[in-house]
Amino acid sequence: MNATPGPLPTRRLILQGAACVALIGLGNLPFGSESAHAAANDKYPEDAFKQKSQADAIKSLYGRPAEPSDKIKLDAPEIAENGGVVPISVTTTLDKVTSISFLVAENPNALAASYRIPEGTIPTVANRLKMAKTTNVLVLVEADGKLFSATKEVKVTVGGCGG
Amino acid sequence: MASTIRVRATNNGDITEVQALIQHPMDSGFVKDAKGELIPAHFIQELKFEYNGKDVFVADWGPAVSKDPYVKFSFKGAKKGDELRISWVDNKGASDTTTAKIS
Repeated sequence: MNATPGPLPTRRLILQGAACVALIGLGNLPFGSESAHAAANDKYPEDAFKQKSQADAIKSLYGRPAEPSDKIKLDAPEIAENGGVVPISVTTTLDKVTSISFLVAENPNALAASYRIPEGTIPTVANRLKMAKTTNVLVLVEADGKLFSATKEVKVTVGGCGG
Repeated sequence: MASTIRVRATNNGDITEVQALIQHPMDSGFVKDAKGELIPAHFIQELKFEYNGKDVFVADWGPAVSKDPYVKFSFKGAKKGDELRISWVDNKGASDTTTAKIS
């Protein structure tokens, strides 16, 4: 496939490129001016889980857009045969991480899980999510008061949201 | 009744790795039963891990988390033999709590 004689682009670079493309649109959305504290609160973010779209869920949860970061490693399968159980994990080298959230763009409700990371806890999470169909998985990492993201497309052969 | 929570917490120097598996239907509210009626949403909303009276990891979950959820994380500062307290509460108000010894 790849006929270029030079060094092959690394997988990370490719992912990073994909993340940028996917987030250019998000970055331009007119986010409200609510303060970004929802996820840092110790209350269940009920409203964020009810939002249909990824952008609305991010807005409800953090109140600000995220910028893509190559310091986040999102590990998800290229192809998930069973959308009901998709293993997804994330690690990051970002400092002062306070929360990590997972969103599945085309699920009926985009936000799947949000984790609060107190001081002393390593910003690494593995979990299993349901995916309705082939779409992007987005991970948000809140670090030092800023919001970063990484994304990866997962192809789903059998959806996990019933029907 | 046996606990719905199974936990393995292993300490390796300063870092304790925790893996938990919980029995729960995690019904999304989008699936129909054999009669064609929607099964109402039933899912764990909050899962908490406490060590020494302090939260070390808190999960806020929606219905998109898989059935019988699994989660893995690591934290610093615990010792072998110490206890980790794990609890969850779901959207119908049900809950469960257990403790696990760090090995």
